[in-house]
Amino acid sequence: MTERPSEIVKFDNVGLRYGTDAEVLSDVSFTLFPGSFYFLTGASGAGKTSLLKLLYLAQRPSRGSIRMFGKDMITLPRGRLPDFRRRLGVVFQNFRLVQHLSAFDNVALPLRLAGTDEAKVQRSVGDMLEWVGLSHRMHAIPETMSGGEQQRVAIARAVIARPQVLIADEPTGNVDPEMALKLLRLFEALNHRVGTTVIVATHDVHLLKKVPDSLIMRLNKGRLSDPTGALRYPPAPKSKPAATGSRTDSLGAAK
Amino acid sequence: MSAPPVPEEVGQELGLGPVKEVTTILAPPARLSGPIPWVIAILIALVVIAAAGGLSLRNLADNARADLADAVTVQIIEAGLDDRTAQTEAAATALGAHPLVTSVRVVPETELQALLEPWLGVSVASDNVPIPALIDVELSRSASTDELAQLQSALDTALEPLGGEARVDAQSQWLRPVYDALSALQYLALALITLVSIATASAVWLAARNAFINHRETVEIVHLLGGTDAQVTRIFERSVLREAAFGAVIGLLVGLAALWLLGQQFASLDSGMVSSGGLALTDWLIIAAIPVGGVMLALITGRITIGYALRSML
Repeated sequence: MTERPSEIVKFDNVGLRYGTDAEVLSDVSFTLFPGSFYFLTGASGAGKTSLLKLLYLAQRPSRGSIRMFGKDMITLPRGRLPDFRRRLGVVFQNFRLVQHLSAFDNVALPLRLAGTDEAKVQRSVGDMLEWVGLSHRMHAIPETMSGGEQQRVAIARAVIARPQVLIADEPTGNVDPEMALKLLRLFEALNHRVGTTVIVATHDVHLLKKVPDSLIMRLNKGRLSDPTGALRYPPAPKSKPAATGSRTDSLGAAK
Repeated sequence: MSAPPVPEEVGQELGLGPVKEVTTILAPPARLSGPIPWVIAILIALVVIAAAGGLSLRNLADNARADLADAVTVQIIEAGLDDRTAQTEAAATALGAHPLVTSVRVVPETELQALLEPWLGVSVASDNVPIPALIDVELSRSASTDELAQLQSALDTALEPLGGEARVDAQSQWLRPVYDALSALQYLALALITLVSIATASAVWLAARNAFINHRETVEIVHLLGGTDAQVTRIFERSVLREAAFGAVIGLLVGLAALWLLGQQFASLDSGMVSSGGLALTDWLIIAAIPVGGVMLALITGRITIGYALRSML
């Protein structure tokens, strides 16, 4: 008998409105399972960014229930939110890099905030910047970097602390196709080998085909369509995630 | 395509770890050329001057009280020289026998004339202008109103056979309005210090709030990456500390320079009363503590301001 994976995120009838405006999200219900790969799609204004904000704990819903890592996020005191945010990696649509910090310091930020040993910070950030092709730009500040470079810094920052859930808002929007594929492979590698749950919001329909095992979350005018129920029940088991495994410096060749 | 690196697993606990380092990196650059350090400098200088003035007035009043609290002056008011001399001797004898009195000194006629000379001229003599006889009396301690009444009664008893009368003036009583004025000035200094402290706190509150608004994006990013309120607060504390410390040192130096100039001015008066208002070592230590207090006030205000601002964020 296959063991049912425990849910990592569960939304139940979630609604979100800003002020007294109409709801931007209505009755959104889904469950994310560890080691799954999701694409979030929908037309502009469908509510993708609002949904992602709820996921990366930048916003509380107007109604409904959100559970993450087994805890109720609605009643969680704000003082405990950092504990949960440290389990998330976020690639923001507009990068949101700290403008007076270098690329290196921006990528190192999650590790330093978590109290990681500085030697480990230097090693991990150096490896990550080298892999995203920015080791020669590690001392550059964001305003001197191109959009693509800033995006790669943002992605490196999101994955550097090996999050349990990676949330990416249009992560390949500003990079060339080769780099887009390379970044997608990084997400897949984290997903397959480390067990990171990945949610990628994108407009790019070609991107959806690049990850065969992925599930599609489609938003339309603030409502999530789930005709097959795939977003409520655990996906079929695939390669066993190594979420609690020991450190590996490399994932081996990406597929 | 090379294999993507997977970072080492990091602790998820909310440890403080190398918080100092990350807050150093994130701290917005201190704007020593901005207005806040200079506003704090001016306010600290004002507090230094007000505190020094208040302490000086306190010393002056304390010294005057100590000198005059245990002394009284007895006046023998008699127009006739012979009667006045007899009554003065009888009063001095009665006073000398009183248990509260430690010494009695009849002020010589020549000394009285010298005291009056600026007003009545050099040729004044007690024959022409009746002058009361004065007796300086030192007491073993400060006398209460009842004890002064007993002293008056003893004098009345001694002078009654001679048909004279004496008046006891406690010097502390006729100096009471001066003490009251000095106390009022001390309270004024205290009020000034309080007002300036409030102004300092307000300036820091405004500065911290503006810094928070200007760096709200950084704060949000730090929060979303798992930064705690304590870490965010420390980022701003560093900035507030640098600006306040700079302003406090400058303010102290300006205040001390002003005190030195005022000291020079008062020293040239060569007055005993003024010299009794000099500052002691403990007073200088209090003044030296003002910038430290100012920096602490700024830090606490900054912390509260940022704390309140953070509460408005998720």
